[in-house]
Amino acid sequence: MKYLDEFRDPKIARKLLDEITAAITKPWVIMEVCGGQTHAIIRNGIDQLLPQEIELVHGPGCPVCVTPLEMIDKALDIASRPNVIFTSFGDMLRVPGSKKDLFVVKSEGGDVRMVYSPLDAVKIARKNPDKQVVFFAVGFETTAPLTAMAVWQAHQQNIDNFSMLVSHVLVPPAMEALLGSPDNRVQAFLAAGHVCTVMGWEEYVPIAQKHKVPIVVTGFEPVDILEGILMAVRQLEDGRAEVENQYARVVKREGNRPAIEVIRKVFQVTDRKWRGIGEFPRSGFALRSEFEKYDAEKRFALGDISVEEPPECISGLILQGLKKPYECGEFGRRCTPQTPLGATMVSSEGACAAYFAYHRQKDDSVEKN
Amino acid sequence: MGKTIKPEDLKCPLPITGHDTIQLSHGSGGRMSNELISKLFVWAFDNPALRKQDDQAVVEVNGLKLSFTTDSFVVDPIFFPGGDIGDLAVNGTVNDICMNGATPLYLSAGFIIEEGFPLKDLQAIVISMKRAASEAGVQIVTGDTKVVNKGKGDKIFINTAGIGLIEHGYDISSSNLKAGDAIILSGTIADHGIAVMSKRENLSFETPITSDTASLNRLVAEIVRVGGVHAMRDPTRGGVAATLNEFAMASHVGIRIHEDRIPVKPAVAGACEILGLDPLYVANEGKLVAVVSPDKAEAVLAAMKKHSLGVDAVIIGEVVSGQSGMVSMTTRIGGQRIVDMPVGEQLPRIC
Repeated sequence: MKYLDEFRDPKIARKLLDEITAAITKPWVIMEVCGGQTHAIIRNGIDQLLPQEIELVHGPGCPVCVTPLEMIDKALDIASRPNVIFTSFGDMLRVPGSKKDLFVVKSEGGDVRMVYSPLDAVKIARKNPDKQVVFFAVGFETTAPLTAMAVWQAHQQNIDNFSMLVSHVLVPPAMEALLGSPDNRVQAFLAAGHVCTVMGWEEYVPIAQKHKVPIVVTGFEPVDILEGILMAVRQLEDGRAEVENQYARVVKREGNRPAIEVIRKVFQVTDRKWRGIGEFPRSGFALRSEFEKYDAEKRFALGDISVEEPPECISGLILQGLKKPYECGEFGRRCTPQTPLGATMVSSEGACAAYFAYHRQKDDSVEKN
Repeated sequence: MGKTIKPEDLKCPLPITGHDTIQLSHGSGGRMSNELISKLFVWAFDNPALRKQDDQAVVEVNGLKLSFTTDSFVVDPIFFPGGDIGDLAVNGTVNDICMNGATPLYLSAGFIIEEGFPLKDLQAIVISMKRAASEAGVQIVTGDTKVVNKGKGDKIFINTAGIGLIEHGYDISSSNLKAGDAIILSGTIADHGIAVMSKRENLSFETPITSDTASLNRLVAEIVRVGGVHAMRDPTRGGVAATLNEFAMASHVGIRIHEDRIPVKPAVAGACEILGLDPLYVANEGKLVAVVSPDKAEAVLAAMKKHSLGVDAVIIGEVVSGQSGMVSMTTRIGGQRIVDMPVGEQLPRIC
């Protein structure tokens, strides 16, 4: 496939692996921030091919995983109401709330629809003026421009039956929080390429400098990831802590200005709770006061919902890179993609789901030739 | 007089986990479908033919070996690039009949039509079925029509059942895989699923993607003529991944495939990238996976390549010992991973 095959080329991958092996002199812990990268690493077996000095730990960059249980319960509450069309990206439909998921609400008669873009939800609202149409706005900076644009369009077109349940989260504050934790093991980051496509990478410079940690903006194909790891290893071995851009074919230093502009027009930065980890200051987006009428939490007067996570679930520790999925007593036993205890198992980008689908065990459970 | 079965006798020995009500995923061809079938239907209707859990049952009538199957078609949209619900209903059942090497003979067609459905659409569907039946060499000999109230059905559902005659002496079943067997795929994967999805979601691609819907019975006849075939299946819902997992579980063997050998059309691969879908899990309607003894593998491959529906056929892997029930894959860059049974429908990712 044009523009993709070269980033999956086994010869280039082998060459990069050899270069990593030649560059490394001691053990290093590198975190890939994004769930998409975790998925690509496990799916391609990259972790098995790397020299043993490199430990990859999996970061909090799965939007489904970090959406708080309370927010999912709010989504379920709204979706269960009559005269509501509840729209969401596909990933969120199977994520369990404290009692059920959106698919179950659908099977009970709720009008739950999967959309590919929040702009489609606005179209549905236009076509169904007698219904309240709600979009579940989850995700990182990657999806924020589209959700902002949906609100902006609804505003411009005077569509009053549209609202959003907003649970956007921001990556840099989470990285800062991880680095500031006394338990931190992360020595270098592979930053999430898609997020940087929107936001650029300027905001990572102070983090790299303050915490003396290399940050390499990295893409999602095997060759991207191996090259990102090589760049991180070279920095670690040289004692440098800079922001480097492996994903330069897509990511610009200043990001995507029109996208950032629409985000700023509609959203403001707010404190946000991350599922399994806790609240980080200034780590999310909320609607600005002038767009308050599009806030589904207010429109449906939901109030506060308090719920308990299953005590045996260690999703939070996994999202912080402190535990691996196979270190959980329930992994593959009570907790499977069919019966998930936590979101890291149910989300297609979750670390537990990736390990369950592709590896199952600590070491190569797949017998080799 | 037979024993009366009381309701309390009908307690499943193994609970169906996860849900109290039927979910869409129970019909997806993945792990949840599999569990529902095994733990409810097979348990309740238990008999040796059903227990094999092939896509068709082999039954004997007066010394004749018959292949018998049924399938229901609920596709949305009903007209899609490369086909419609009508040819799908014929081809799907013809393919299920013949995956044990049978010659398909007769089909039934049952229609459940929603009140208000346009007659011209029904005519188009029926003509499409007539054409597909003619191409496959089968006759539609009986049927049924029900009309349900507006809103009580989704436009049109079609059920087809069919029988075929088994004249060869082989035992072709998903439980017959042996270590060393070659896994042969008849062509590119994921065409049908992506064609339907792109029409359903109004996604357009530079290169049009069309369904691969086709009757495979003549290709199957070529394979059976060469011999050495242990199992065959058309990888419909759940895709090639589900089919290989079903083979591995039914035969208690391992299967290893090689990512770089799996043919995917560039436009389909691009669509899967955009949507975040793995083509291994996407539905096909005109492809088959054949498991063939190693000494016959090249000859079967050559025979398939001579047929128009098998020109892109390729050996994608082999049956291995020591990994009972597991499908693994050597990735393009040389890593190893499991190819798991899908849980339910694949869901497009957020970003």
